[in-house]
Parts: sequence; C-alpha cells; structure tokens
Amino acid sequence: MKRNRAWAWIIFILGAAYFLLPLFATIQFSLSIRRGTLSFDAYANVLESPEFQQTLVYSLLIGVAAIVVGLLLVVPAAYFVRLRAPQLRPVIEFVTLLPLIIPPIILVFGYIRMYNSSSILPLTNSGLGTNVLLTLAYVALALPYMYRAVDTGLRTIDVQTLTEAANILGANTVTILARVIFPNIIVAVLSGAFLTLAIVIGEFTVASLLNRPAFGVYMQNVGANRAFEPAALAVISFIITWAAMGMIQLLARFAPRTAVLTD
Amino acid sequence: MSSNTDTVVPNSAAPASAGAASSRGLSTPLAGVRWADILGVAPFLVFAVLFLIIPTLYLVVSAFFDRNGGFTLQNLLDLGTPQILNSFWISIRVSVASAVFGCLAGLLIALAIIRGRLPAGIRSTVMTFSGVASNFAGIPLAFAFIATLGRLGLMTVLFRTLLGFDIYRAGFNLLSFWGLTITYCYFQIPLMILIIAPAIDGLRREWTEAAATLGATPYQFWRFVGLPILWPNLLGTLSLLFANAFGAIATAYALTGSSLNIVPILLYAQIRGDVLNNPGLGAALALGMIVITALANVVYLVIRTRAERWLK
Repeated sequence: MKRNRAWAWIIFILGAAYFLLPLFATIQFSLSIRRGTLSFDAYANVLESPEFQQTLVYSLLIGVAAIVVGLLLVVPAAYFVRLRAPQLRPVIEFVTLLPLIIPPIILVFGYIRMYNSSSILPLTNSGLGTNVLLTLAYVALALPYMYRAVDTGLRTIDVQTLTEAANILGANTVTILARVIFPNIIVAVLSGAFLTLAIVIGEFTVASLLNRPAFGVYMQNVGANRAFEPAALAVISFIITWAAMGMIQLLARFAPRTAVLTD
Repeated sequence: MSSNTDTVVPNSAAPASAGAASSRGLSTPLAGVRWADILGVAPFLVFAVLFLIIPTLYLVVSAFFDRNGGFTLQNLLDLGTPQILNSFWISIRVSVASAVFGCLAGLLIALAIIRGRLPAGIRSTVMTFSGVASNFAGIPLAFAFIATLGRLGLMTVLFRTLLGFDIYRAGFNLLSFWGLTITYCYFQIPLMILIIAPAIDGLRREWTEAAATLGATPYQFWRFVGLPILWPNLLGTLSLLFANAFGAIATAYALTGSSLNIVPILLYAQIRGDVLNNPGLGAALALGMIVITALANVVYLVIRTRAERWLK
C-alpha cells in the first residue's frame, strides 16, 4: 500500500502549495514596502489611518446589528416551526435558501429600486435609513447560515420538554424563548453569529452600492490607490476570518445537549 | 429531527393546547396553528417577503416595462447586444471553468485526506482551513493574488529571476479569464472539500473490502462503485459552485476594475451610473442573472435530494 499513500501525499502537497503560496506571497509583499528590507510600515500605515478604524468599527456595528435582528427573526421562527408548526418547515426552508439563489448584487439592486426616495418606504433618503437597509441586506445574506446554526442548536436540546417544564412553572412564551431556549442554544447562536460576522465584515457589493462607509469599500479604495497596503489589509482580514472561524470550532466543544440521544 | 420525536413526552401529559394540534395531521398548512405561533413566525415571513421576495420580483417585473410604463419585450431583446452577450459568455466560462476545476481538485484533496492514510492531524487541519478559505473571498482575495501572480507578485518574480521565464510575456494575465479562474478556485476548492467530505465518509469501508474480495482493482472499484455513488453529489456540487462563481463580483472588481466585463460587473456599473442608458435593460440583466443562478441551484437541489438516498 506504499503506492496508495504516495498519491495522497502528492495531491496534499500540491493543494497545500496552491493555498499557502498566496498567503506567503501576501505576507512577504506586505512587509516589503521599504526597498531591500522587511518592515511593518505598511501595517502601520493601515492601522493608523482613521478611515481604517472608522470603517472597521462601522462594519462591526452593522454586523452586530445584523446578528441581533437576524436572531430576533430566526430564533422564534425556528422554535415555533420545530415545536408547533412543522407544516411550515418547507416554506421556511425555502425562504432560507433564497439568499443563496439570489446574488447579493441583485438583492441590493432590488432594494435601490424599491426603497428609493420616491417609494412608499424611502429608506435610502437618510443616512440612518440606508444603515437600516444595509443591516437588513446583511440579515438576508446571513439568513441561510443563521437559520441552519439555530436549527442545529434546537435539534440538540429537548425543546418540547423544556417548554412544558417552563409552562408548568408559569412562564409565558417570551420568557420561555428568552430565558430557557436561548441560553440553551447560545453556542449554536454564537457560531451563527461569528459566521455572519465573517461574511459581513469585508462585504463590498451591497455596502458600495448603498454608498456606506464600510470596511469592504475602504479596502477597495486602498486597493485602487496603494501598492503595499492592500497586501497588509489582506493579511489582516485573513486573520479576522480565521479568528471568526476559530471561535466557531472552539465553541463547538461547549455545546450543551439536553436531548436524549437515540443513536 | 428524528432523534427528537422519539424522546417527546406523549401528548396526553402535555398542557392541553400545546403540541397536540400538529400530531393530528390536518390538511391545510395553517390549520391547528395557534395565534401565538403565527406571531412567532410572522416577523420572519414578513422580512422574507419585504426584503427577499418583493425586491427580486420587482426587478423581474420591471424588466418587462419601458420608460413610460408600457409592457415591452424590448429589454430582453436588447440583452442580445454584443457587449452584453459577451459579458454573459465570459461569466459563464469563468464560472464553468472554476466550478469544474474546483470540483476536481476539491474531490482529489478530499479523497487524499480521507482515504489516503495521511497522518491523523491533516484531515482536521484541512477541514478547518477549508472553512476559513471558503469565506476568504471578495476584496482581500484579490489583493492576495495580486501579491502572488500580479506583475510584481512573488511567483511572477520568482519565475522570472530563477527560471528566466516571464509568465506575462508568455501571455498570462491575472486580469483575464485564466487569472480570474485561478483566483476563484481559492474559494471554490475549499467549498467543494467541505461539501464532498461527508459523501466520501459515506462510502463504507465494507464496499471497498467487498470489491477487493471479489478481485476488483482500485480502478474498477472507483469506476463501478465509488464514482457512481458520488456522482449525484459531484454534479450537484458542480452546479452550486457554478452559481457561487456566477454571482460573485467583489473579487473580480478589485482584481480587474471594470476591464473584464463579467455580468455582475456590468450590472454594478449599470446600477452606479446607468451605463446602458436604460433602467429597464438593467432589470433585464438582473433577470438574466437570476434565471441562470436559479437554474443552477434547482439542479443542485434536485440532485441533492436524490443523492441523499445513498448516504443514510
């Protein structure tokens, strides 16, 4: 079986080369802003620029807002579908697949046409309205991932028994959702949240077409005007993505399980 | 889902109204659903209607109207101009190429890490990395490839100084069909690995052993057992990767500005400044994109439901 391992090694090494070389090249490029010597000046230029800080904070805020709105929409829906209205499941699942079918550029094009200044709900009229629209667009983009994360979380706990126990103790539906169900699926919720953040933080298309000062738009501007700073930005955003995904892996170890496992 | 229903307390022990309705198998979707339940699902559905369905339908419908609000098919006919046809053609070629290549490379890597008897840690490392890389798209990805294969990129310079081979003089250009395809593979291959790994896990060891006992060579095993089982998954993922590449814009935009006229970039320019001088034509362009990605996704969904039978 020696031969058998050789092909696997060859493929693995070729794959590793394809994926690691660009990372290595980017790091190397980001360090070579001074001729003949390695320096972190490109990073310093990026990190010290006020636009970097402002746009990153802006995108983080919009991301957090999208996570909160997304959870307020998804958790009750997933809970009721699982507990009392399984007939609605196909409808909900179809809806959560829509953002995968409709490209973001189409979605934002539709928003611009529907919610422009001459429409019934003129969201693009004010800065606040456009921020709301951007947040809702991100909720839509993250919907498939958020729904799947929450639904997976609900599957690992015994929703029915928890609900009945809380009912007997006199809790109403809002209390049950906020103080019984939510804490039990917090790990799943957080992994959905981090995935949302990873998708949203560097998003360019929607933010750019809505003229918002987001991190993705800033990165595009730097890319068009600078040589070495874009590489530094690429490294920084790779680290952000890695951190978000790493958090998900880490969280998976702490998932509580109250459902009796039958397998 | 199934693991839950087994553990549910019998309905007789439940509070009178809760849970009982759903088990009676009523005919219409909403019968037996309580008001509180509808209130719980309603915000989600209202959001979906207002911010997913209506905006998309609005575009689809406005593709059929002219500036004065009259019904017309002219917008769709205008998609036939050389510029637009050309952009659809480039988009489809890049999407097909990156999907096919991503599919093949992803399959090989997944096979190598799952069935190639590599050291234990490699599999989980590759899967984690795939999760990161499949989300590492957009603007930063373009920057990474400019630093790698751009005119001053590391690989370009290495090829030139070490091998005396100038890839740009040989006809390569990062801002071209091939450049874009190679770049897109950076998120296509990991996505393929993530999707196909469970399917490869589903190929049971017993099947390999049974085939080997019957005297099958590895080639015969893959030709008559392995690939036929993976086939629906491969086709399904192929269409998913196609749609994934077809709708992507940020990477291409940061890479090429507007020099490479793929459909999303043309649409982007149209939204920004009505470069086609006709709002209806923009909507028709959007309709074209929706039809193509929807077709690809329908193929994926249909094939996936059929493929799941084998992987229980």
